[in-house]
Amino acid sequence: MKANCWHGKKDMRVENVPDPKILNAHDCIVRITSTAICGSDLHLYNGFNPAMQPGDIVGHEFMGEVVEVGKGVQKLKVGDRVTVPFPISCGSCLSCQRNLFSVCENSNPNAAMAEELWGHSPAGLFGYSHLLGGYPGGQAEYARVPYADVGPLKIPSELDDEQVLFLTDILPTGYMAAEQCDIQRGDTVAVWGCGPVGQFAILSAFLLGAERVIGIDRFEYRLRMAREKCKAETLNYAENDVHHALMEMTGGRGPDAVIDASGMESHGLGLAGAYDRAKQAMMLESDRAVALRQAIMAVRNGGVVSVPGVYAGFVDKFPMGSVMNRSLTIKTGQTHVQRYHHHLLERIQKGEIDPTFIITHRLRLEDAPMGYQVFNDKQDECMKVVLKP
Amino acid sequence: MATQEARHARGQDRRHQPRGWDDGRRSNSGQAGDEGLSRALGWFSIGLGLAELTAPNAVARLIGIPEDDSNRRMLRAFGMRELANGVGILAQPRESGWMWARVGGDLMDLAFLGNNLRSHESQPNRIAAAAAAVAGVTALDVLCGQRMAQDGDSQSHGANRLWSRHIDVRQTVAINRSPEEIYTFWRDFRNLPRFMSHLERVDVQDDRRSHWVAKAPAGRTVEWDAEVTEDQPNQRLCWRSLEGADVDNSGEVRFERAPGDRGTILRVDMRYTPPGGIVGAIGAKLFGEEPQMQVRDDLRRLKQVLETGEVTVAEGSMALTHPAQAWPSHTQPALTQPAHTQTANSGR
Repeated sequence: MKANCWHGKKDMRVENVPDPKILNAHDCIVRITSTAICGSDLHLYNGFNPAMQPGDIVGHEFMGEVVEVGKGVQKLKVGDRVTVPFPISCGSCLSCQRNLFSVCENSNPNAAMAEELWGHSPAGLFGYSHLLGGYPGGQAEYARVPYADVGPLKIPSELDDEQVLFLTDILPTGYMAAEQCDIQRGDTVAVWGCGPVGQFAILSAFLLGAERVIGIDRFEYRLRMAREKCKAETLNYAENDVHHALMEMTGGRGPDAVIDASGMESHGLGLAGAYDRAKQAMMLESDRAVALRQAIMAVRNGGVVSVPGVYAGFVDKFPMGSVMNRSLTIKTGQTHVQRYHHHLLERIQKGEIDPTFIITHRLRLEDAPMGYQVFNDKQDECMKVVLKP
Repeated sequence: MATQEARHARGQDRRHQPRGWDDGRRSNSGQAGDEGLSRALGWFSIGLGLAELTAPNAVARLIGIPEDDSNRRMLRAFGMRELANGVGILAQPRESGWMWARVGGDLMDLAFLGNNLRSHESQPNRIAAAAAAVAGVTALDVLCGQRMAQDGDSQSHGANRLWSRHIDVRQTVAINRSPEEIYTFWRDFRNLPRFMSHLERVDVQDDRRSHWVAKAPAGRTVEWDAEVTEDQPNQRLCWRSLEGADVDNSGEVRFERAPGDRGTILRVDMRYTPPGGIVGAIGAKLFGEEPQMQVRDDLRRLKQVLETGEVTVAEGSMALTHPAQAWPSHTQPALTQPAHTQTANSGR
C-alpha cells in the first residue's frame, strides 16, 4: 500500500510499504477513505520529536471502512464505516474506566521509554513516534487499529467523510479545551492560536456558554476565519501588545479562562521569542512556551489555564509564582477522544456543528509532502489539509 | 544455599512489617577509608585521562610505545574513558560499578601494552615498567571495588550491585483485577510464559513441583525443577529451584488488595544465580538485559494480558516483543488461537 513516511526534518515521502496485518485478536484493519494533517504533525515535520525513525508512517486523523476484524472483536464488523480516535485505548484499565482514554495504561508497548521522560507512560498514539508506541499512522491506504471495540466510532451513511473526519482529533480537542475552562454564563475566554484546534475551541466555548471569546494569532486569514465563522473578537499579536490589549478589553480583570492552542512551537516576538529560540536551538529547552506564559499572566485571578497545545519536554521560565499566588488552575492533556466523540457526532447530526469550514486544501495522498509544506509555511491561506488515499 | 535461605528468611520477616519506601535499600553507614581511596583513584583517572588526551606523544614516549597515528588515537580514546570514569567515581563515590569499570580499563591498558611489545619500535623495558605500574593500580582498584561492593551489599538490597553472585530483582505493578483472579492465573504456572519473555514453557508435575525451561543467550536453553515453598491462596506464593538447577532461583509473589478496591498491587521479589558464578553474574549485568527492566516489562505484559486479554503490540516495536503473542491452548477460551481473522474484500 501507499503511505506517507517520515524520513527526517522536513522530509516526508509517500512510499510503497507492506499492508498492515491483524496482530492481536482485538485488532481491525481499516481501509482509509479520508485522512488529515494535524498541527501536531508539524512538530514531527520540524524534527522536534527525537523518537521518530526514518520510514515511520505518520498521521493520526483518519477514517474509513472496516475490511478485516480479529477474532475477539465483537462490536465492529466488516463493512462498518468508522472514525478512529487518535489515542489507542484498551478500555479495561483504571484510566480507561475513568474516561481518561489518552492515558491508557496498556496501549504503549514502549512504555518504558515514556516513563524515563515523563515518569509514567500515556496511551500509545497512531503515527506519533516510538515514544508513544511506534504504531504506524493513518496517512496511508490502510491502518491496523488495536482494541477495535473501544476506539472506532460507527458513522451513519448519511454523513460525508468531511463532516465527521475531525471527530478523530481536533474537534474533540477544541471541545475538551473549552470544557476544561469550566465556563460560567457570561465568561470571557481568550484563545492563543487560531489554527484548526483554536477555531474549534472558540466554537465550543460559545456552545458551552461563554459570552465573549477572543482569538489571538498573527495570521490575518486565521483571525478572519475566527471572526467570520466562529464569531470571535480577535487580536493580532504582531500588531498589539497582547497583555495590554486583553486588559483593556476586560477592564483590567483579565479573561476568566485562557486556552493555549499553539503548543511548544509558539512564536514569540522580540527578546523573549529570540531567547526561547536560542535556548531551543542549543537544546537547553525543548519546548518554547511563549503563548503559555502570556496566557498565564493574562488570565484573571482564580482563572483556568487550559492547554490543548502539545508540549513534549521541558519549559524554561515557567511563571509558577503567578500560578500559585493568583490561585490559577491548569488543566491539560492529550484529548480523551472516546469521551467526547458520541456527543459531538450527535451535535453534527443535529446540525449544531459543521466542522467542514476549516478545510482549505483537498489533496491526494501522494501529495502529502506538498500538503505538509504548504500547511507548515502557512502558504495559500492554508488552514487544514485533507488527504484522499 | 544456606546463606541464600537465611537471607531470604530475613527478607520475608521484614516484609511482614509496615515498611518505609526505601527500607532495606539504603543506610547511612559508610567507610571513610574506602571513600578516600576511591576518591584518590578517581582523581588519578582524571589526571591520567587529561595527559592521554592532551599529550598522547609524551605519554607514548614515557611508556615506550611508538608515537604513531594509531597509538595516538588509542591513547586519546583511553583518555576519554579515564575522564568519564574519574568523573563517575567522584560523582558517585559509593557506586562500586565505577571501580569495576576502572578494573576493566586496567585490563584494556595491559592488553594494549602487551600488543605493543611485538612492535620493533617499542622499548620493552619501558613497557614492562608501565605494565608493572598498571598491574599495581589494578590491584588497588580490585581491593577498593571489593570493599565497596561488600559495603554496598550489606547496606542495600543488592539489586544493582555488580559484585555479587546473585541478581536480586524487586518489582511491582498495579492491576485492575482482584487478587483472587490474579493469584489463580499465576498459580497455574503454565500461564507464566505468556508474559515472562525468557520462559519457553513450564510443565506442572504436581501441586508443588514443576519443570521450567527458559531461553538463554546464544540460542541455548536452561532448565530446572522448582517447588512451591509457601502457598497462601490469593495472598502469597513462594518458590525455589531444586538441586541440579541450571540457574538457582527463588522468589516470592504477593497479591495485595489495592486501597479503595482498585484492583491488586502485585509485588515480585526474586533472586537468581546465573550460571558461571560471579563472572556470569557480572556478564549478565554488563552485557545482558537489565534484570530489573526485564521483570518490569514482564509485569507490564502480565497487566496487559489480565486487563485486556492480549499483549499490546505495535509494528514499530515488534522487535521488542516476544512469543507471549502465542496463546497456550489451555487458557483464554475466547482467544485461544493466534488471532484468526475473518476477511472480506480480499482484493485489497
